[in-house]
Formats: sequence, C-alpha cells, structure tokens
Amino acid sequence: MSWTVRVDATACMGSGVCAGSRPDVFRLAGRHSEAVRAAVPPDDAVLDVADTCPASAITVTDETGAEIGPRP
Amino acid sequence: MTAADERLRRYPFNLSEGLEIDPAYAEARSAPGLLRVQLPFGEPAWLATRYEDARFVLGDRRFSRAMAAERDEPRNQPYRRPGGILSMDPPDHTRLRVLVAGAFTVRRVEKLRPWVREIANRLIDDMFTAGPPVDLVEAFALPLPVQVICELLGVPVADRSRFRVWSDALLSTSSLTAAEFARVDGELRAYMADLVVARRAEPAEDLMSALIAARAEDGDRLSEAELIDLCIAVLVAGHETTATQIPNFAHVLLARPTLYRGLHDEPDRVPAAVEELMRFVPLGAGAGFARYATEDVEVGGVLVRAGEPVMAAIGSANRDESRFPDAAQVRFDRPDTAHLGFGHGVHHCLGAPLARLELQEALLALTSRLPGLREAGEPVWKTQMIVRGPRHMPVAW
Repeated sequence: MSWTVRVDATACMGSGVCAGSRPDVFRLAGRHSEAVRAAVPPDDAVLDVADTCPASAITVTDETGAEIGPRP
Repeated sequence: MTAADERLRRYPFNLSEGLEIDPAYAEARSAPGLLRVQLPFGEPAWLATRYEDARFVLGDRRFSRAMAAERDEPRNQPYRRPGGILSMDPPDHTRLRVLVAGAFTVRRVEKLRPWVREIANRLIDDMFTAGPPVDLVEAFALPLPVQVICELLGVPVADRSRFRVWSDALLSTSSLTAAEFARVDGELRAYMADLVVARRAEPAEDLMSALIAARAEDGDRLSEAELIDLCIAVLVAGHETTATQIPNFAHVLLARPTLYRGLHDEPDRVPAAVEELMRFVPLGAGAGFARYATEDVEVGGVLVRAGEPVMAAIGSANRDESRFPDAAQVRFDRPDTAHLGFGHGVHHCLGAPLARLELQEALLALTSRLPGLREAGEPVWKTQMIVRGPRHMPVAW
C-alpha cells in the first residue's frame, strides 16, 4: 500500500517549505520542488506538508487514486 | 575549503533610516567564505551574504531554529523574545503551521481580492476627501493590512490603536528595557486571551474560531498558550511588514517616476513589480533569527561546526549579481523572480500569498488613481525596529 505524491511545477513558487520539512519526500530541483519518489508509504505528516504548501502545489493520492491531500 | 575571513565585525551593517544597503555586503559577496559578525548581544555568528548560501541555510533541515533557545542567541536587545512558531523546527513547527496555513494559500487568498481592492479604493477616496498633503502610512499603508488581518483573524478593527502600540514595541530592537518588554508582551497576551475566551463562547467565520475548534477537537494538537501565540503572530506579522513595504515600495517608485508612471499605463505589470520590489528593498536593518547547525555542515566554503549559529542576510542575497544580473537596478522584466524576500524553507512567510495580494492591490490603487503621486517632504523613518520603513510619509498628488 502506498500513496502518490506530486508537485505541480507551474504552481510551485519554490518556497522550500516542503523540502525543509520532509527532505526524505521532497527536494528542490532548481526553482521548483519535486517529489524524491512518487510513491511513499502512508504517512499523515506528508498530508500536513501538502496542507502547508503556500502554493497548494502538492497533491497526495491514495492507492485508489483518490485525492487525499491537501485536505479541504 | 576556503579560508574564512575570521575578523569579527560589528553587526548590523545597515543604517536604520532609509533603505540603502551597506557596501560591506557587496564586498562580502565577492570574497570567499562567510563573515563572522557580532550583534549587540549574544554569541558571534556566521553570516551568509550570497544567494546560494543564504537559501541553503534557510532551507536545509540540518539547521535548527529550536536550538537557539538553548544558546546565547545573537540578538539586538539584552532580553530574549518569546519563542513562537519562528523558534520551532519540524515536526513541532509543522503541527502548528498546518493549523493556519490553509487560511493563507494562494487559492484561498485569491478569493479575497475583490474585498481587498474595495478597501484600498475606499482609502484612496478618503485621501481625496482629506486633500493633500496626506501621510501615506496613516491614511493608506497601515489601515489596509490592518483591516484585512483583523477581519480574517477575528480581532476588532476598533482596537487598532491599542495593538499598534504593542506591535511596535514587540518589533522594536532596543528601545525597551527587559521589564518594559515583558509588560507589553503580557498586555498583548492578556488582550488576545480575552478575545479567545469571547470567541469560544460565540464562534464566528474567522481564523481564531477555526483555531479554537481545532483545539477543542484535539487538545494535544494545540495548547491554549500556543493558540494565543499563533493569534498574536498572525496579527503582528500579518500587518506590520505589509504596512512597512507599501510606503517602501512607493518610496522606491517615486524616486523613479518612469517606473511609477509605467505601472499607471500598464497595470498588468503590477504583479511583476511587486516581486521585483520584494527583491530590491532590503527590509531588515540586518539579518536575525540565527539558524544553528545540528551537525558539521559546509556553507560557502566554510565548515560550520555543529552548534554554531549562521544568519542569512536576505537583503544581500537578493542583490547577488550572480543570481540577479544588474541587481542594483529596479527592473520589472526579470525572468528570474526567485527572491528571498519572504524567506525560504520551513519558515517561508506563512502569509506570503496574502502579502502579495495586498501589495499588488495597494500598488494598483495608488498608480491607477494617483498618477501624479509625489513625496511632499522627507519621510520620517522608523528607528530601532526589526523592519525598516517610513513611520510617516507625507505625499501629495
């Protein structure tokens, strides 16, 4: 069971909040952030990071493909 | 590894009046290594002045803000400021940030644009009614973000003059004694605690009510003290910096009338202008909020040892020619707008999307409705504050 993490490069403002919070999941590649690996083990802290993205550029989907982060 | 210039320099470099950036920064950027600086109080620190180095220190998890509490943190005043969210590391920091972040995302904030535009235009109407000269700070720059943040947070705008005094005192670098600071801090906390109690009894559609609900749902997630701290942080950070940047931006633009006029003619360029001015204006008198290395880390060719503090000079990083060619010029056509004006990393300004929107609407209202705006006398600058900017700025049109 794993979740999928994506960063929308067009929305990302390169704030570095995600890479600073969870360097094991996110990294800065030039001006934008990206997922270190698309698939991550389920982890509520990753949803927290998606919630704190100022650009709402991070989406997390579960194994069924349903969007679970950012939370409304 | 480069040998660092270990001479200990007195810091901060910038004068508190005006928006000039001290030439020591350009010199430091062109020399290898980091600087060693000594603030009026606390231990000496490394200072990163180049863009890459500053961004690295702000963004790398091996640098800690929380560790500052155990150390003699570099500071401008003898006493220590209360911690709050800016003194925390993940995951504690994330736990608090997530509670407020939702209110300030680009998506959420964009919905406020028509309302912010209306406030800005109403303030300009009032300026017309009053007639020139008008103090741009009191008439426009301050009331705009104050109204916005009060409404969002759930603080009565009518209390503006009370929390202005507290906010000023909290952001002052040296005008208060430790006892005075403690008194002001206590008053503001008591004020906010009362508001929280009232809002708990009668919830509304605001951020304070949302935080109260989050605490009611899970008390481990947010303590009462943290709730009050967060509300204070949102209130103070939510208006002071924006209120300072509006006259700063006006000051820079009015000294370059072609640019100001250009925004009147082409309002579509306002968002680019805001990014460029965020880059160009060195808001702080100096760097602060030292980050402590949790292990040995190389920065700019210097080995920073575990336990040593490093400060990132954002104003200097934003003028780094290797990142921003022609950095001392104000240009709205830069392809690269990745400035550090809102910081970087986990402490990247929580309210950046709101600040952007307010600054855009402020510039739009000024340039569209007051094309002939000019300074009517010298601005009176704040002194001994964390942020630099006019306390009063007489303008005419």
